[in-house]
Amino acid sequence: MSSDYEFSDGEEAYSDDEEMIDGTQDEEDDSQDEMEMDNFGDDFKVVPKGKRKPYEVEYESLSQHSVERLMQRDVDHICGIFGVDASVASLLLRHLKWNKEKLIEKYMDNATAVLVAAGVTVPEAVPLAVKPSSRRPTTRGLTKPTKSSKSPTLAYTTPKALQRTTSRKSDEPFVCQICFNDAPDMQTLALDCEHTFCSDCWTDYVVSKIKDESEHAIRCMAEGCALVCPDPFIHDLLVPAPGAPVGDADKEAQNEKAWLRFQELLVRHFVGCNSNLKFCPYPSCTNTVSCPSASSKSSLTTIVPTVSCGARGIGSEAQEVSQSQQLGLGLQGKEHKFCFGCPIESDHRPVVCGVAKMWLKKCRDDSETANWIKSNTKECSNCQSTIEKNGGCNHMTCKKCKHEFCWVCMGPWSEHGTAWYSCNRYDEKTGVEARDAQSRSRASLERYLHYYNRWANHEQSAKLSLDLYAKTEKKMEEMQITSALTWIEVQFMKKAVEEVDKCRQTLKWTYAMAYYLAKGNEKELFEDNQRDLERAVEDLSELLESPIEAENIPTLRQNVTNKTVYVQKRNEIVLEDTANGFLEGRWRWNTVVEGFDDPEEVAI
Amino acid sequence: MGSVSARRLAKELREIQSEGCPVGITLVDASDFSKWLFTIEVMGNSQYQGEAYTLQFRFDAQYPISSPAVQFVVTDGKEAPVHPHVYSNGHICASILGSEWSPVLSVIAVCVTLQSMLASCKKKERPADNDRYVRTAPDNPKKTLFHYDDDT
Ligand SMILES: [Zn+2]
Ligand SMILES: [Zn+2]
Ligand SMILES: [Zn+2]
Ligand SMILES: [Zn+2]
Ligand SMILES: [Zn+2]
Ligand SMILES: [Zn+2]
Repeated sequence: MSSDYEFSDGEEAYSDDEEMIDGTQDEEDDSQDEMEMDNFGDDFKVVPKGKRKPYEVEYESLSQHSVERLMQRDVDHICGIFGVDASVASLLLRHLKWNKEKLIEKYMDNATAVLVAAGVTVPEAVPLAVKPSSRRPTTRGLTKPTKSSKSPTLAYTTPKALQRTTSRKSDEPFVCQICFNDAPDMQTLALDCEHTFCSDCWTDYVVSKIKDESEHAIRCMAEGCALVCPDPFIHDLLVPAPGAPVGDADKEAQNEKAWLRFQELLVRHFVGCNSNLKFCPYPSCTNTVSCPSASSKSSLTTIVPTVSCGARGIGSEAQEVSQSQQLGLGLQGKEHKFCFGCPIESDHRPVVCGVAKMWLKKCRDDSETANWIKSNTKECSNCQSTIEKNGGCNHMTCKKCKHEFCWVCMGPWSEHGTAWYSCNRYDEKTGVEARDAQSRSRASLERYLHYYNRWANHEQSAKLSLDLYAKTEKKMEEMQITSALTWIEVQFMKKAVEEVDKCRQTLKWTYAMAYYLAKGNEKELFEDNQRDLERAVEDLSELLESPIEAENIPTLRQNVTNKTVYVQKRNEIVLEDTANGFLEGRWRWNTVVEGFDDPEEVAI
Repeated sequence: MGSVSARRLAKELREIQSEGCPVGITLVDASDFSKWLFTIEVMGNSQYQGEAYTLQFRFDAQYPISSPAVQFVVTDGKEAPVHPHVYSNGHICASILGSEWSPVLSVIAVCVTLQSMLASCKKKERPADNDRYVRTAPDNPKKTLFHYDDDT
């Protein structure tokens, strides 16, 4: 990939988008509701901007418009060197995947060949007798290869208005070979190749290529013709010229949409060609994230590049949620978080991409054996009646017999109150001994299921957090009625739910990490931190589900606030320590992980 | 809706009726503008001597801007020819039906191309991934993104 896509031309280049960058890239904490948070304590303060934590990466979010400007810069550069029109430069760059060095080298070597391969000129149009070497440009201001004299028409290598070709052999009427229309007033068009068709067919064709095939390099309609429609040609087809007679409104709307989509496709292609950039994977979002520190594969063994494109919400709701965000809870306003390094569309910290991918693949492959665990119902270990998990908390109480037990291990809850840790760690020694007689594969399946069980539990709980949000919102309303607290003062509930949600995400991935960690002190420390976080989260989670009584509200508020701060701290510890471990190369695996040293002995 | 597609298919049909089909190709059914059937035989020396296959075309309102959905019929006791680019469910991996489709091409042009694809076959065999593909293939072959491994 070309190395000179730096995005550092200073503030100026992105001034148009300052609003978007400044206003939306920030962590949720320092947005407006953080200021409101301050009303009831400084505990929720986040680290001042600029100070990056070890588990954060530096990145920048760019609007489609900002990316278009980067593209334009490359196009202008090529125009200046080759002396070609912008539309030609654009086709050449797209053909060579926006690698300017390679394009310049190839063009200097054999301009004709590059122009033909990029679909700019027709092969026959260039006299073959002229040796490429004699045409080699030595200075700037290279001119286009001369066209054969038989094509006097100005075609689409120049961004002029559409050629309304009317100069045909006037003796026989023109019939479009696609629709067989032969109306005398029909408008017809052709690229340099002079393959002429009616403009309606051209438009339908271009729209179909963009809409149905997401194609950004649209070739001539003639069979086997490799010419590519330059951007001005497509523009003129899809966007009616000012003052043009008004046509079918539906059709014009569709064409206009196709033109917007075409521009997005060009941006997507550019972003896809540049390893420093990634397009936001959220539906109908057109933002891009630039993260040069995560552009190489090797960087992904030391960092987890979780980024956010700067936007929130899905589709057309996106703009409106920023206001409702402060008024209500809900996931529709979630920021677009994703991993820059791999296709996972969520935050998989603390575990690195390679391990996260291995784990997901394993879960997919083993899903049939593990399916029963995913099920949302279990039987009470006391009376065997079916119990459905309907909240995020692991503390279950059987409705029928009042038996209290842990959802994860099914053990009685009484043993968990003080010793939750027995649930996060797979006791390998006793486990192996107990299964001594059993086959190795059976043991490894059970080992896997142990981690999978906990992984799936946090995932399930996170999914249920939508319900929890709704329930919490109701509670917040209740509180305002039953106590003297204002809406802002009951926000501590919302903050707590968000924190639980965030920490479950971390916990989930710690189980993927622990599954692959090699035995030893490092793993034990990791699991200690994991256990402390898990305990804190379950604690807070339980508190959030407890019934509210008016007289208890001040205590509850204090409790929830304290526990939220504690949970936040435990989460920090897990994320920071794991991230530092990656930076220091401290983690060892029990299996081969791409980019890491092979394990000394593959022992489970 | 579909007036261009209807006009274009009517024109193609008129041409077939007045000029006839090329040798080895027979129009079986073209009673409407949504589905046409042809039989295809390979003339002269070939792996498929004496065999006839039924080819089905399905058109949508975007035809000919969008390509027709073309496949061999494998119902009513009919079978798809055994060929490295033809799956046993009748789907065909040919670039002309996908990325190389041009709105200038016609139904007959497709028939002729497929006929010569069969004629040039050296060894009767199914595509290597036949079983896997057939198990998961969509009903409409146009929904498959074939990877064209040579110039068919
Ligand atoms: Zn036409
Ligand atoms: Zn052409
Ligand atoms: Zn986004
Ligand atoms: Zn990743
Ligand atoms: Zn019970
Ligand atoms: Zn337990």
